[in-house]
Amino acid sequence: VCIHRVRSCSSIRFIKSKYVCVFDKSALKFSHQQRLFRTSAVSCGQIVQFKLSDIGEGITEVTVKEWYIKEGDSVSQFDNICEVQSDKASVTITSRYDGIIRKLHYNLDEIACVGKPLVDIEIDASKGLASEEDVVETPPVSHEEHTHQEIKGLKTLATPAVRRLAMENNIKLSEVVGTGKDKRILKEDILNYLAKQTGAILPPSPKAEIMPPLPKSETVPAAPKDKAHKIPVPVFRPIVFSGKDKTEPITGFHKTMVKTMSAALKIPHFGYSDEVDLTQLVQLREELKPLAQIRGVKLSFMPFFIKAASLGLLQYPILNASLDESCKNVTYKASHNIGVAMDTEQGLIVPNVKNVQVCSVFEIASELNRLKSLGSTGQLGTNDLNGGTFTLSNIGTVGGTYAKAVILPPEVAIGALGKIQVLPRFNGKGEVFQAQIMNVSWSADHRIIDGATMARFSNLWKSYLENPASMLLDLK
Amino acid sequence: MVLQSSLKNCLQLSCIFRTPKAGFRSTTTGGLIIQSISHDVYQNLAVEDWIHDHMNLENRPVLFLWRNSPAVVIGRHQNPWQECNLRLMRQKNIKLARRRSGGGTVYHDLGNINLTFFTTRKKYERMENLKLVVKALKGLRPQLDVHVTDRYDILLDRQYKISGTAAKLGGTAAYHHCTLLCNADKFVLSSVLRSPYRGLKSNATPSVPASVKNLFEEDPSLTCEMLLDAIAEEYAAQHQIDHHISLINPADETMLPGINNKTKELQTWEWVYGRTPKFSISTCFNLVYQDSVLDVKVDMDVKHGRIEVCNIDLPEQWLPPALCSELVKSLTGSKFCPNETTALTTTLPRVCPQDSELHSRWNLLCENMTMLM
Repeated sequence: VCIHRVRSCSSIRFIKSKYVCVFDKSALKFSHQQRLFRTSAVSCGQIVQFKLSDIGEGITEVTVKEWYIKEGDSVSQFDNICEVQSDKASVTITSRYDGIIRKLHYNLDEIACVGKPLVDIEIDASKGLASEEDVVETPPVSHEEHTHQEIKGLKTLATPAVRRLAMENNIKLSEVVGTGKDKRILKEDILNYLAKQTGAILPPSPKAEIMPPLPKSETVPAAPKDKAHKIPVPVFRPIVFSGKDKTEPITGFHKTMVKTMSAALKIPHFGYSDEVDLTQLVQLREELKPLAQIRGVKLSFMPFFIKAASLGLLQYPILNASLDESCKNVTYKASHNIGVAMDTEQGLIVPNVKNVQVCSVFEIASELNRLKSLGSTGQLGTNDLNGGTFTLSNIGTVGGTYAKAVILPPEVAIGALGKIQVLPRFNGKGEVFQAQIMNVSWSADHRIIDGATMARFSNLWKSYLENPASMLLDLK
Repeated sequence: MVLQSSLKNCLQLSCIFRTPKAGFRSTTTGGLIIQSISHDVYQNLAVEDWIHDHMNLENRPVLFLWRNSPAVVIGRHQNPWQECNLRLMRQKNIKLARRRSGGGTVYHDLGNINLTFFTTRKKYERMENLKLVVKALKGLRPQLDVHVTDRYDILLDRQYKISGTAAKLGGTAAYHHCTLLCNADKFVLSSVLRSPYRGLKSNATPSVPASVKNLFEEDPSLTCEMLLDAIAEEYAAQHQIDHHISLINPADETMLPGINNKTKELQTWEWVYGRTPKFSISTCFNLVYQDSVLDVKVDMDVKHGRIEVCNIDLPEQWLPPALCSELVKSLTGSKFCPNETTALTTTLPRVCPQDSELHSRWNLLCENMTMLM
């Protein structure tokens, strides 16, 4: 990249001297200096001590609070170097040079003095021209104009070298599209702009097409010589994907998932799915929603699913059990603490509603409201998360129809509920009607649960939901 | 008039903030006064960032007026555990924000007004700004005994702090912002700004506690609107511009391109908690379990808001050592956050023997650990 820059730069000089009668003496001197740099450049650059500049208000000392870079990092001009604090004021120090950080003069929380060196930066002489502002005469324009060039109220970011280049070629920075950091205008942007404007900027001449080869007396590096005399054309670089793999440790909620799921792997899962016609339940919920609202509770479908599950567990208690480590004993849990999988900002969390067997549908709804609001603000307590015996996962609210849920140990069963879809079905008379269909996918521990038990439980659960009135018969 | 929400003002402002093809109206040369329509602390802090990064303040300083719904705002290099009662704040739904300027911790609610003075770095001058505020207050109520201290506080009656100051200096822009207590809830203020966490050792900037008073207590006829108006008027007079306050909407991406990203960044856990300078906790607590009281000693190093090193000293055999080391291993590398710790500690019992005695001891220990955060 840097070679390209230098090469193109010298080509511009060439064109200028050929077709424009009067050329800037300082430009010649500039490129002369540049050649000197090039021929004398060896691998090690020049170390510059970047001093801590004046903060204002007569402040002489500050505390270094944060380093944004470390020794060995490469920085560009305007990159953040560190954050210092003085008396309630926080100051961001940015780099004045492109280069590599060689030394940090202070550790964190040390006092730094204004005017003393803050960091040592090694400036690569063969690279960008930013360092040359120290060595080369600046063209006869005031410094103020360059550093605070206001383009209609917005600052255009560009190094002094880039500004000089633009100025020499009569380019308005406001018309150049910056592709650098923070929309900074880079030298490539000026060159691309120039290439597009070839007709406008350079005096039109038929000779512009035919370019004689450069005589050997010009001190241009041998390799790029051929290209040096052509009109700068946007170089079509091959599309390079510069994304890098990123490795980070697993922490927090992901850690819990790793642990739980690794333990769940030991459980031999089997799946059982069915579809449930919720047409009647949908209607019932519509009627009950406003009543619950009056009592200050939002009523979803989940309280019905949960209560129906509990009624089913009364008939098939093995689904609310736990197998011990040695697989010798089964413990039938008395309480139906039904867990509800919740998707929060940090990840998956499963709080449970305690003792559903003695709760009404309204009480379940109210408890769900409480758990949901705590979950969304990250305030669920240990008690809310412990002691679950059976879990339902309503993945349908996000999407999907069928799913294969993973059992959360020490439980032995879990149900995944798909989304409710309106689908055509046949009724008893053979007519097609609109049905509200939801799919359920159960997973169970095949060591103690068999397919028939799961199927019967599912049928019972399904019958309660397809005909909600039947729940009344068995409600305790 | 203080609030002029006509469309004309919004249009005028959009010409200023957008990459303008038009030039500048004459009213804006010499200065600009803007007020946020939002009470969201993150959105308002994002506006400060935006102005600092994108506006050209040369000969065009800006005064930004804003108020927030209840929030605690800590300084750039502070430790929230050291400064405020995070537990209480979570219960009361009081937000926590970290600003980019230095200084100490403050409590904001709608009874407090915030003023931000934007200038170029060369024109950065805090004393002048505070004297402007005092002049405005005295202009409004000449009998008020208010003055600026050399610590850049404003004191009422020579003893009560009514305003705190902080500042941020960047490449070419700088801002100085300060609070002004008009009618804030002092009870909530003092309870949330008292940290219950013990045994913290840190190099973070500590706050200097002060007795506070509301201007409202001195003169019940004062309201926030009156104070904002008086300060804007004084600013306008000193900068020779129209006394005209333009309203801005901190959610308007077209007027302030990139503002929503800034707002999001200010809300991330990594910024609010993760930016806390390295600190350590060395504390102990008692566990009361079945008629016995046990001493537990905890030592933790927290860096970037995550537990780097964790050591828990329990009475021998109260919990199986394997489980203890499992707890320490889980906590290491995790966020120093009650939510995450609860999620972790409720997961571990799933994968160990189902012993109710063991589980209740475990839960007791973990609940106490969570209380430290």
